[in-house]
Amino acid sequence: MAIDTSVIGTTAPELTVDVERGRLRSFAHAIGETDPIYTDVDAARAAGHPDLPVPPTFLFCLEMDRPDPFGWLDGLGVDLRRVLHGEQRFTYRTMAHAGDRLTLAARIGDVYAKRGGALEFIVRSIDVTRDAVPIAELASVIVVQNPEAGQ
Amino acid sequence: MNPNIRAGDELPPLKVPPISRTTLALYAGASGDHNPMHIDLDVARSAGLDDVFAHGMLSMAYLGRLLTGWTRQENIRALAVRFTAVTPLYAEPVCTGTVTAIEDGAAHLDVAVTLADGTTTLRGTAVVDLPAGREDDR
Repeated sequence: MAIDTSVIGTTAPELTVDVERGRLRSFAHAIGETDPIYTDVDAARAAGHPDLPVPPTFLFCLEMDRPDPFGWLDGLGVDLRRVLHGEQRFTYRTMAHAGDRLTLAARIGDVYAKRGGALEFIVRSIDVTRDAVPIAELASVIVVQNPEAGQ
Repeated sequence: MNPNIRAGDELPPLKVPPISRTTLALYAGASGDHNPMHIDLDVARSAGLDDVFAHGMLSMAYLGRLLTGWTRQENIRALAVRFTAVTPLYAEPVCTGTVTAIEDGAAHLDVAVTLADGTTTLRGTAVVDLPAGREDDR
């Protein structure tokens, strides 16, 4: 199947996420992070943070708070089992911490195919802000595998 | 961070314990990424795979640890990777980083995640500010 390129430039409804300490502690545990500033509020404050810092790649996880985080792929007719994460980029403007209310604005920036459609690429960006202050910009390249299309 | 950073400097490598099904279950729960290809063997098999495989973002989180173990997180300006191979169960990722240049008060790094069999699973770059006149020995 070919993804309809008219989706280029479309945006998702803005998502507002409250960053919770417990979620950050679970994340630190899951990735083996042992620096106490990521789990212990006193240690974080002693290091000059107002609360537990949001680790560098956790910003990607905020999107998963959507009721159906992969629904946008379904909407493009993409089978999640055929998807690979091709690239991921983070550009950081300022730190976020537990207790912050962050807003995510997602946009599909490009869709293109290679190898006669056997591989399709979706470029999607997410701008993360706090009270309109830029926190970070994320960009993902999602790869959709269509092996039958290349034959 | 050593204040006398130079091009060619290597970060202390970060070696991660073997990735187990528990690792993936914990990451799925904590990240909110419940894509069943990483946690449900039945779904992985329905897609023709022999087994589940690790979230690419788990390995990128390890790269985040490589950087935050070397500098204060607020110094990190950018982190960008390509996922060049999937990470199978039981893999033991090793994160590495090398300073390639110092420009405009920032260190530019090449970063990678490599498995014991030599497979590179992630390859990319990072930019880390070097705060002027600030001692930082983390």
